[in-house]
Amino acid sequence: MDFMVFQYPMITVQACLDGLLLGILFALIAYGMALQWGVMNIINIAQGDLVILGGYIAYFMYLYGIHPAWGVIVSPIIMYFIGVGIYKLVINKVVDRDLFISILATFGISILFMQLMNFAFGADVVLANSGYGTTMLFDNNVTLPNSKIFSAVISIVFAIGLVIYMKKSKLGRAIRATAQNSRAAKILGVDTEKVYAATFGINAALCGVAGALISITFTIHPYMGLPYTIRSFMIVIVAGLGNLPGVAMSGMGLGVFEEFADYILGTEFRIGAVFLLLVLILVYRRFKLSRKREYLK
Amino acid sequence: MKITKIILSFISAVVILFSTSVTSFAKVVGDKIVLGAAISLTGKYSSNGVHTQNGYNMAVDRINSMGGVKVGGKTYKFEIIYYDDESNPKRAAQLAERLISQDGVEFMLGPYSSGLTKAIAPVTEKYGVPMVEANGASRSLFTKGYKYLFAVLAPANLYLDVAIDLAVEKNNGKPVTVAMAFEQDAFSQDVRLGVLDAIKRTGSKKVIDDKLPKELNDMAATLVKVKQMKPDVLVVSGHTKGALTAIRQIAEMKVDVPMLAMTHCDAAKLSKQHGKNSQYALCASQWHKTLTYKDNFFKDGMKYAADFEKEFGYDPPYQSAESSAALLVFKDAFERANSFDQKKVRDALAATNMQTFYGNIKFAEGGQNVDKPMVLFQVMCDGSGKCENKVVAPTKWASAKLIHPIPKWSER
Repeated sequence: MDFMVFQYPMITVQACLDGLLLGILFALIAYGMALQWGVMNIINIAQGDLVILGGYIAYFMYLYGIHPAWGVIVSPIIMYFIGVGIYKLVINKVVDRDLFISILATFGISILFMQLMNFAFGADVVLANSGYGTTMLFDNNVTLPNSKIFSAVISIVFAIGLVIYMKKSKLGRAIRATAQNSRAAKILGVDTEKVYAATFGINAALCGVAGALISITFTIHPYMGLPYTIRSFMIVIVAGLGNLPGVAMSGMGLGVFEEFADYILGTEFRIGAVFLLLVLILVYRRFKLSRKREYLK
Repeated sequence: MKITKIILSFISAVVILFSTSVTSFAKVVGDKIVLGAAISLTGKYSSNGVHTQNGYNMAVDRINSMGGVKVGGKTYKFEIIYYDDESNPKRAAQLAERLISQDGVEFMLGPYSSGLTKAIAPVTEKYGVPMVEANGASRSLFTKGYKYLFAVLAPANLYLDVAIDLAVEKNNGKPVTVAMAFEQDAFSQDVRLGVLDAIKRTGSKKVIDDKLPKELNDMAATLVKVKQMKPDVLVVSGHTKGALTAIRQIAEMKVDVPMLAMTHCDAAKLSKQHGKNSQYALCASQWHKTLTYKDNFFKDGMKYAADFEKEFGYDPPYQSAESSAALLVFKDAFERANSFDQKKVRDALAATNMQTFYGNIKFAEGGQNVDKPMVLFQVMCDGSGKCENKVVAPTKWASAKLIHPIPKWSER
């Protein structure tokens, strides 16, 4: 254990800012997961792999001399269609089954995607340079890479855009209606099949945005998807479905938690700490639930 | 209808049976010496697996076209049976079993990475099959008393200890402060042990000792600590992703440190793809094309690099060079043993003392090569932003002078 992070106020500030910026990005991925979980009752294990695939799109643009920031536009468009394709091929066959089947199916998709990406793009760790430079704060004691600020801003823009879309557009209303009660929506004339496909596509598009941002801020690799799945799963568990402010808050909270865990426990336990937190939260929720049941009895 | 179905299923059953049944190769068929190798052609090591395979193939072609291997007055040619181990140690061990007990291979070449070599070594040892490996550097491979394992490369603990010595030398012989960040795999931890030895030997002090996770993509916390503690040397080893993450974040966070020493710089293509961000990084390497070792097959490093580029279209990383060297060692041993008896070949391998384009090769008791020092190169860029790796240590092979301390970011 190392409590250096609390001994120097500048390190504390740095850790908080790093965590917040990271958390906003996590929240975007988690929002996609919450959306399809809520609408289709599917937990998508391949979420992280969709993120990485989106990252590769931005990376290849970078390789061909296009600035990777354009990936934020291109990647979601391509990913939307990939998402709809996955829905038509696999997900529509499991959408009304129980949760276990959908987990199994998306787990399979995850493995398939990992191997395909490895096959197509190679096993090298890659990144896209944005050349955005650095912002120095507090007499150069706190450094914020502009790429991280950029990714946080873009995440917020996309999240707000999506909220407005869900509220105002016809499809958005249909998605919300389906989430509330799919049978009733169907009776009232909503083409739920189309809604499901669009929801899965939107989720994949959000993953595409996040992936492009990750290739600019961090590194990508065909096998690096799972940590993003776990994180978004955890954010959704904490926030609950259909609770967007909750997703944003718990995303940022997780980001800050991870940064502090990194300083205090060491970088090697960073992901471990996330897993531990997940277990604790699940146990706590179960405990709360069983108390409620007892009360009902 | 029914009959065609029955016939079809019968034929497929026969085909399946044949494809899985034993296709027995003897060690030496006609004028061929058959070697076996499990290589990572898919999975997380696939890029380096391919470098390894290219290195092997290049040497096989070269040796065969230049007269092959002469044993007992007869000329033989090398041939390699490859299997894909999917970067999976369990699979690698199974394939080694298969190569030896089904395919009848009596001599093996190593896989890629320390982890997979560790999985295969007990199998080759059990059957008494001599294995020359070129990509397993972990120290633990050489302390188990294996008799049939020979590695043409220097062990992992020698990768970066030179950097600490160099820093002390630049500090007028006075001890230095060292910050370390290492991944937790066998290889990186061995590199760490080597650095710790050097710290102890020089009376230096470690101020940060961070462990990096397997799924690393953010080491900001370590770098913030480095900024606070201001060590003389920062040492990072975590395969390609460690090198890439460190270079990106050091540049983004403007971390000033007088010396930055790393591993896997050429695998991460630092000088080519990350140019100025990677400038001044010191990198440990088993081999560099400008080294002046010579042999009769590839002449020297520069010639090897040119030939390799012509054949495969890219500059050879050291993983390819050391793999090619493994074949040269086998050829030399077969000819000295003048026999295909495994024991005799093993003894000939143990007595190896030769120079190849890749370096001198002489095996210690444990099987590691003790006659080839590591080299350190530094990424140096010219005014136009073109960057190159230049050897700076040991001084015998240095093609450029070490730039020390690294200029501050504010002055670049």
